[in-house]
Amino acid sequence: MTLLSRHAENLFWIGRYIERAETNARLLEVGQRNALIPNIGGGYRNEWDSVIRASGTAQLFRQKYGEPVQRNIESHLFFDSDNPSSVASCFEAARENGRIVRTALTSQTWDALNTAHQEMTALKRRERSSIEKHEMIDWTLQRAALMRGTIEDTQLRVDGWDFMNIGLYLERADSTARLLDVKYFVLLPQVDLVGSGLDNYQWRTILRAMSAHRAFNWAYGGEVTPAKIADFLILNRKSPRSLITCAEEACWHLDRLARAYGRATEAQTRARTIVAYLSEISVEDVFDEGLHEFLTRTIREIGELASIITSVYLNGEAN
Amino acid sequence: MGNAYFNEMYDGSEVRVPYEGLSGWADGMPAEFRSLKQTEAEALFRRIGITFAVYGEGGDPDRLIPFDMFPRVFAADEWRKLERGIKQRARALNAFLLDVYGRGEIVKAGQIPSRLVYRNEAFEHAAVGFKPPRGVYSHIVGIDLVRTGPDEFYVLEDNCRTPSGVSYMLENREIMMRMFPQLFQENRIAPVEGYPQLLKRTLASVAPDKCEGEPTIAILTPGHFNSAYYEHSFLADMMGVELVEGQDLFASGDFIYMRTTEGPKRVDVIYRRIDDAFIDPLCFRPDSMLGIPGLMNAYRSGAITIASAPGAGVADDKAIYTFVPDMIRFYLGEEPILNNVPTWQCGKKDDLKYVLDNLPELVVKEVHGSGGYGMLVGPKSTKAQIETFRAKIEEDPGNYIAQPTLSLSTCPTFVEEGVAPRHVDLRPYCLVGERIELVPGGLTRVALTEGSLVVNSSQGGGVKDTWVMAE
Amino acid sequence: MRLNVTHKTTYRFDQPIRRVVQSLRLWPSEFEGQIATEWNVDIPGSVRGSAFRNGAGDWIETSTVTGPIDEVMVTVTGTVETTDLSGVLRGHRERVPPEAYLRTTRFTRPDTALAKLAEGATKGADSPLKAAHDLANAIRDAIAYTPGETDSHTTASEALAKGAGVCQDHTHALIAAAQTLEIPARYVVGYLHAEGSIAEASHAWAELWVEGLGWVGFDPANGVSPDENYIRIGSGLDSVDAALIRGVSQGAGSEELDVDVQVSAADQ
Repeated sequence: MTLLSRHAENLFWIGRYIERAETNARLLEVGQRNALIPNIGGGYRNEWDSVIRASGTAQLFRQKYGEPVQRNIESHLFFDSDNPSSVASCFEAARENGRIVRTALTSQTWDALNTAHQEMTALKRRERSSIEKHEMIDWTLQRAALMRGTIEDTQLRVDGWDFMNIGLYLERADSTARLLDVKYFVLLPQVDLVGSGLDNYQWRTILRAMSAHRAFNWAYGGEVTPAKIADFLILNRKSPRSLITCAEEACWHLDRLARAYGRATEAQTRARTIVAYLSEISVEDVFDEGLHEFLTRTIREIGELASIITSVYLNGEAN
Repeated sequence: MGNAYFNEMYDGSEVRVPYEGLSGWADGMPAEFRSLKQTEAEALFRRIGITFAVYGEGGDPDRLIPFDMFPRVFAADEWRKLERGIKQRARALNAFLLDVYGRGEIVKAGQIPSRLVYRNEAFEHAAVGFKPPRGVYSHIVGIDLVRTGPDEFYVLEDNCRTPSGVSYMLENREIMMRMFPQLFQENRIAPVEGYPQLLKRTLASVAPDKCEGEPTIAILTPGHFNSAYYEHSFLADMMGVELVEGQDLFASGDFIYMRTTEGPKRVDVIYRRIDDAFIDPLCFRPDSMLGIPGLMNAYRSGAITIASAPGAGVADDKAIYTFVPDMIRFYLGEEPILNNVPTWQCGKKDDLKYVLDNLPELVVKEVHGSGGYGMLVGPKSTKAQIETFRAKIEEDPGNYIAQPTLSLSTCPTFVEEGVAPRHVDLRPYCLVGERIELVPGGLTRVALTEGSLVVNSSQGGGVKDTWVMAE
Repeated sequence: MRLNVTHKTTYRFDQPIRRVVQSLRLWPSEFEGQIATEWNVDIPGSVRGSAFRNGAGDWIETSTVTGPIDEVMVTVTGTVETTDLSGVLRGHRERVPPEAYLRTTRFTRPDTALAKLAEGATKGADSPLKAAHDLANAIRDAIAYTPGETDSHTTASEALAKGAGVCQDHTHALIAAAQTLEIPARYVVGYLHAEGSIAEASHAWAELWVEGLGWVGFDPANGVSPDENYIRIGSGLDSVDAALIRGVSQGAGSEELDVDVQVSAADQ
């Protein structure tokens, strides 16, 4: 059956929004844990600023709330419908995109999208102080997992499924790169702090936010170092959120499209270039280039791949 | 007062034949079980996303139309007569449309005033002189009926453009079967589930001559913000056809194509759920963003079929309605099987006088109104309301028609205190293509407020599953 | 008379656009007053199709140009042999009933001034034809030909209130006034050969339904009925409905329009 370009775009964005909601929940987790650690200079560390940066909505936040205060950040990342990337906005957008392509979704997938939106609406009506942060975070992760699970387990493996997954993996690559970038670039500009206890703690927090601290230990063991973390989140194929995993998954789904449609496009070529590059480099290469420079470039390349996919498949112009 | 209305289930204390299978069903239902089922039904409706937005009312766009679990039942022989009458009417309406966009014989014969046809807002110049495939203009005819006695049915209005609500007919049945399977084991109820495939077959049968092979059919929707979007996507899904918006289609050369991930794909039949005025900015409203530039030219040159055909609206105008019995006699040489409600045209002097003298007994409607808005139900209105309405009629009489207040039949309905009679109407959906088809059923709307005769969902009406007993 | 026509329409876009779709009404009507011996419509880069003759007798085609493009040029060239029929549209095949042209549009919706003018102008008329002439003359007198006072959105009643306008306004006003008298009337587009003047070579006038004669043209702007200097292309309810070219361009940016029409009498 034919897939309308516009519907392919809706499916692509369902994937992206589910992943984006999850990223926000993980950022909340990072911020919350860091806020529990006493600052050396007295008081508590204010890391909420970096959390907001990582979410890519710093400007929006400042316009509405001004200084980063924990309570506002929670609202901003979780409930706020003015923030198009908040969990509420993402779940609503995922459901709205889903409503448009209802006919391309299984009832289980639709249920998962619809239920999350309904529950969020109910949650919004509750007294804020009665909602625990961990409840918000766990709920988001569970809902996102349920959506991904229904997509994975119930959707027909046709082109629409590929577009959902391509959206999901591009978004995940983007969020992994951003999270790493913020941590490295914003928080640890001074080289002398690298390797200190505090640094260690923050790196661990990243792993925790990625639900990956145990996996990390299993894969590497021993001391947590920036090199190991970078390797795990960029180059390790065992890590479900590493850049290379995301790129390979996106590439795999693009190849399926090329086979189904009987023609390969610039999108496949570009995706393969990214995978090939990530396969060849080592973590030393990354640090030689400069982690920030490397991540900036990767974020840009992911963005370019997304716009190629848009012009090749989602405009319906190409013949 | 209650005795003045025809009760479809009870004839005095006797249960009428079609309802025998439901005798005792509701009475034996514990209140707790019933409210449990009602909650379950609501959850099901909400889960499948079948909600509607009321025009101009604001509020919750995800509101549900209240569903009443007590079915409305027709006996096989009752339905047979209805079916004949509905098909007859659908045939005559299509003959009328083909005629007025062709030679206009019925006007020349003096059967219908030419003014009502050619000066009608819904008469499309752009359709004149074109014979659509198989001569069909209105492919889905929704006919609104009310019942006033065992053998008395009246047609309230015809809907020749894009009658909505058929998804409720189908979903109401699905939900009843899911919640009360035993009812369907104990009673032989004719299925309605074949409707989407019948609709698809009907549309395929009117594919244009230029179509090669299996026709590609698409449903054209104004978009997901439209209140009937659920229905559009539901039908597309059940029929296995694409649901498109204007932006998904484009004209090139002789044909209309849809944008797909594999490139342009030709479309042969469009079932549009958009008004004429918006389907092509090059022919109708130039500011329309919903349509497809070039669609009308492709249609007129025989490259694509549009269902319903542009211009079909001239047949379901309230002023034309009065003449449908004449159409049946003129085109089919038959006597009408279903009655029209006697109608006074306020634009006519004598009629206007009668209407103004008898307002408390009449129902007055706007000629182009719909959804129960802008109408007066005389017997249910206060003196002040009647006087306000009188002023409106006097200001623009041509804009109003009046009908006697009909004694709408009642059907048992679940209410707060148990089960009580409530007024109902019926909208069956007749399909016109190579053949004329009617699934045994329709949408029953029920006025949930005691004594109310307004069944529109926008005015507090609900819906019921409609059963036709199998032979 | 043998008339040569060159009609160039150029659309320029300040940003390249994705697509242009146009509905063309650019071919001479077929009736006893004219016959095209040669006629060409050329749009470089376009795909043409969906051609048909509509109920009013006009030949219509779709043209699409796929971008990115920043210019679309429509060139019409041809030769038409014309005969003076005193405005009567004889031998024209069409299907729309005259009464359908009693329908008003936003351009031709009458106001009391138009109704009054119509009533006053036709008081002494002893025949439908005389009434139509009187009406056309009254419109000519009431609206002075003044370019620049009105634009393409001006309605009949607005033009009358201003007392100034161009052929489009004269035509809308005449249609509106005729309709108040229950005379079917419509908007006609075409070309005009005017000796020594190139202004308004792309022209508009009205046709009124006259019992006994059928459709008869009246050009209030020039105070005459169409003769051998006129080439008729098509008709509609108003200027938008009857436009020679109706188009939609898909893309951002704005569009600039340039029209050049030359009509000349060929050497005999």
